[in-house]
Amino acid sequence: MTLAASHGFLSPTGVEIAFLLVGLATFGAALVTVTTRQLVHAALWLVVTLGGLAVEYLLLTAEFIAWVQVLIYVGSVVVLLLFGLMLTKAPIGRSPDADSGNRWAALTVALAAAATLVWVVVDAFRTTWIDLDGPAEGSTRATGESLFQNWVLPFEALSVLLLAALVGAIVLSRKARADADEAGRARPNAGKADTDQADKEGAR
Amino acid sequence: MHLAYPAVLSALLFCTGLYGVLARRNAILVLMSVELMLNAVNLNLVAFDIWLSKAAEETLHSGQALTLFTIAIAAAEIGIGLAIVLAVYRNRGTSDIDKLRDTAEGHESGTPAADEKAEATA
Repeated sequence: MTLAASHGFLSPTGVEIAFLLVGLATFGAALVTVTTRQLVHAALWLVVTLGGLAVEYLLLTAEFIAWVQVLIYVGSVVVLLLFGLMLTKAPIGRSPDADSGNRWAALTVALAAAATLVWVVVDAFRTTWIDLDGPAEGSTRATGESLFQNWVLPFEALSVLLLAALVGAIVLSRKARADADEAGRARPNAGKADTDQADKEGAR
Repeated sequence: MHLAYPAVLSALLFCTGLYGVLARRNAILVLMSVELMLNAVNLNLVAFDIWLSKAAEETLHSGQALTLFTIAIAAAEIGIGLAIVLAVYRNRGTSDIDKLRDTAEGHESGTPAADEKAEATA
């Protein structure tokens, strides 16, 4: 690109500095999410990670994606995860068996993948700049126009998929409830858990 | 903005999620790590869409549309996944994925009762 001539490697712009700082916070929160031994804390650090990603979307001028991220991920997915932790009676304090025995193999694989990906990506896009000036490419108007002019059919198919997922989640909960009624007089909480999950899915 | 910033952040987040999926033992923590990986892919899609929207003459904004689709599919995935995890927890009393080895090969210790439970869970 011709833009490359007007940019220096060692003169970051304000947007780049902000992106870097928020990115560091996001990456640190992600690391805590996958390493902490307190299960509820992992969900709460996931909120920080997802919120940081929303800020990164805003810095990339994709405002609609950013607000969808806040609404769906921070608003509903994390709440669902916390409900799941609660219904599976996750321990509140530190749980010693949060990590499985193959964590060193996992660490090796993850570090190798990170080194490879970062090397390839940096090598490939060393002289590529995103032009963030001018009208925002990710404004709600631009996103809506492209979504409802070019992507209408996948959008409608997606609503069918969401309906199928909704019905599937309810069916999974209902079938388990029939089992629980036979087997579980000893655990009266099980039926209530079903109802909670079904309500949760229905609300979504 | 240098394109390497979002690309590197996305690669690092993806590998963090990869570590979480491989190393975690609780099924809900594995689902959280899957969400991290999906979010890394979303960041990549958005960054490349913004770059290509400026570089190309006309664009379908396919990156942002795919990001919205990915977010919706991730929401569906987390709903179904949590329903499955709760069903497994109700049948087994645990959400530890290291203990769910009924279909493992070379491991013939499954009692009939355990097999029935496996079928009910499936």
